[in-house]
Amino acid sequence: MAYDYEKSIRPGKLPHIWCPGCGHGIVMKGLIRAMDTCELDRKNTAIVSGIGCASRLPGYLDACTLHTAHGRAAAFATGVKMAKPEMNVICCGGDGDGTAIGGNHFIHACRRNIDMTYVLMNNYIYGMTGGQFSPCTPTGDLASTTPYGNPDPIFDISKLAIGAGATFVARTTAAHPREIDKLIVKGIQHKGMAIIEVIDDCPTTYGRRNKFRSVIDMMKRLKAEAVPIKAAAKMTAEQLEGKFLTGVLFEDTEKPEYTAQYANVIKKAQGA
Amino acid sequence: MSGARLEIIERNCKGCSICVEFCPKNVLEMDVFLVTVPRPEDCIKCMQCELLCPDFAIKVHDE
Amino acid sequence: MAKKVALLQGNEACAQGALYAGCTFFGGYPITPSTEVAEVLSVELPKIGGKFIQMEDEIAAMASVIGASLTGAKAITATSGPGVSLKQELIGYACIAEVPCVIINVMRGGPSTGMPTGPGQSDVMQAMWGTHGDHAAIALVPDSCQEIFSETVRAFNLAEKYRMPVQVLYDEIVGHMRERIEFPEPGELEVFDREAPGVGPEDYKPYDSTKGQVPPLAAFGSEYKYHVTGLNKADDGFPTTKASLVDAEERRQIDKVLDNIADIESYEEYLTEDADVVIWAYGSTSRSARYAVNELRKEGIKAGLFRPITLWPFPEKRTAELAKQAKAIVVAEMNLGQMVLEVERVAKGNCVVVHEGRVDGDPLNPGQIMTKVKEVL
Ligand code: SF4
Ligand code: SF4
Repeated sequence: MAYDYEKSIRPGKLPHIWCPGCGHGIVMKGLIRAMDTCELDRKNTAIVSGIGCASRLPGYLDACTLHTAHGRAAAFATGVKMAKPEMNVICCGGDGDGTAIGGNHFIHACRRNIDMTYVLMNNYIYGMTGGQFSPCTPTGDLASTTPYGNPDPIFDISKLAIGAGATFVARTTAAHPREIDKLIVKGIQHKGMAIIEVIDDCPTTYGRRNKFRSVIDMMKRLKAEAVPIKAAAKMTAEQLEGKFLTGVLFEDTEKPEYTAQYANVIKKAQGA
Repeated sequence: MSGARLEIIERNCKGCSICVEFCPKNVLEMDVFLVTVPRPEDCIKCMQCELLCPDFAIKVHDE
Repeated sequence: MAKKVALLQGNEACAQGALYAGCTFFGGYPITPSTEVAEVLSVELPKIGGKFIQMEDEIAAMASVIGASLTGAKAITATSGPGVSLKQELIGYACIAEVPCVIINVMRGGPSTGMPTGPGQSDVMQAMWGTHGDHAAIALVPDSCQEIFSETVRAFNLAEKYRMPVQVLYDEIVGHMRERIEFPEPGELEVFDREAPGVGPEDYKPYDSTKGQVPPLAAFGSEYKYHVTGLNKADDGFPTTKASLVDAEERRQIDKVLDNIADIESYEEYLTEDADVVIWAYGSTSRSARYAVNELRKEGIKAGLFRPITLWPFPEKRTAELAKQAKAIVVAEMNLGQMVLEVERVAKGNCVVVHEGRVDGDPLNPGQIMTKVKEVL
């Protein structure tokens, strides 16, 4: 019954810093369950993040945790994984951190197909700095720096990851907690770069500016807009308007993983 | 008797009301900024409240 | 037994020095005039089971080096001025998180793209003040291929010993010049390895100042689980805004360098005992300066050379003494006046301090330095 999250959380760290109703806590619970399911030895697990609300996640977890600079999680994590490929490496962070300032590292980590699991919490906004628009803020929406409506088009993070060469790409939402750990488990088990995009809610800096009167409204939106990829196959373009697909969106088990490729480099260099 | 015991970790609860809203059996209620359990006997142990609570503040135990 | 010798470029000597020091990780990005460091290490590191990775940009290169170092690897990156500019935020990260690493800066002209194939010495202030916030810095400035080898080894030692980034700066001239190198035998040069935590995983705190000014750093992926952040943090590694803790940590991180100057400092003097004029020069410029000293002596002018090998922390004490002894100090450097500001600061008006500089892509030549010496005397 009641899940024992506490054994994975550093003593004295709760309550966490996230706002009431912020989905990051739901994602963190999913991550803990997934790490438990995969029986990850926390001594041998690095959890790496950048800067932002979501990037505070590693600090709560009892593991080798690395809270880096804004946008740089994937690059630090690449150093960790290259130097010690036997470590499990998990990245986490938000949409601004991962795809704006960290966009270059994100796509190149995907391209290399280095074995890590990146849990990207996409809440459409820069929360920690007070609600500026991110590359994922829907066009037309309000943010503290788009007072007349956001003129920018958005990144579709999952498509970006697939295009860049990640070999496992999945999406779910903070309102689908059981799917969060299910997909993270698959990501961890996948040998290569796994991107788990979790569409998340920021009631404080995104919701309140954009017609979501409450946390509940936001959670209901996540449930309403999410369409499982299988169900989508039977839907018309009209029915899919304003929705996003969830589930395993892409999987490729053929493309070589980067540290395995480099192990071959070592063999060649050593004349084996 | 449902055989469920709902534990509220009050210092963690931020009063977001997600658990109240998504409980299919209307077991929970908000008391301003804190969740309360007025109808524990109706609980069907679906775990929605525990899974969706962002704050590690509600646990569903077997009694 | 005869030593192994080779004719090596400065950049190749740097790579060999890194290998001698036990480096097992390079993360970099191609940039002239440093690229040969990467090229040699891309060949050599996999031979010893080490890792070479060319990252997507300079920032990523620095990030990968810090990440690798946290797993216990001796890690290095090599770049030039524009690359160091890009790396600065993460150099600060390595300072505050106290992660050992070595950054090679093969200096060219600037600002911006400047003159990629021309020499320069205009990154020397950047080596100290480039990243934001208060912090200590160690920067070494070798002047020959042999010294690039040994100073790269020393850079790793200092990085590991003081748990911080150490920069090695040499200009394009030394980087691309070929000289005969004698390879030191294993054990001939000191190689310092990171101190083990000394306490069990349960009691480990990554910034525990009761363990000394430089608390030991455990490796990720060993028995130790801990937190690393770029935020101001307490001894347990977790963020804090408590004034007393922030202040104590900031000061400890600076004092660990300033209290150990004797161990970190290195310089060479040539004919300074009786010098009326001291030429203060480093890197390739010191080679012109040495020639100038010899020529000036032939002309009866008592000239000497002070050559810092550790540029940061600044050699304050000896520079101040020389300012009291000499009539003038001529600071010769391939920039328009950087280290001269420090020399003026510590000379405190005890002697004339003048600057001789150049930024046109040509080296500072002995004639230029001699003319300046004669002007001030
Ligand atoms: S377990 Fe289900 S039924 Fe019981 S209180 Fe929680 S949400 Fe309601
Ligand atoms: S979901 Fe959690 S934090 Fe929100 S009201 Fe319920 S118990 Fe409190």
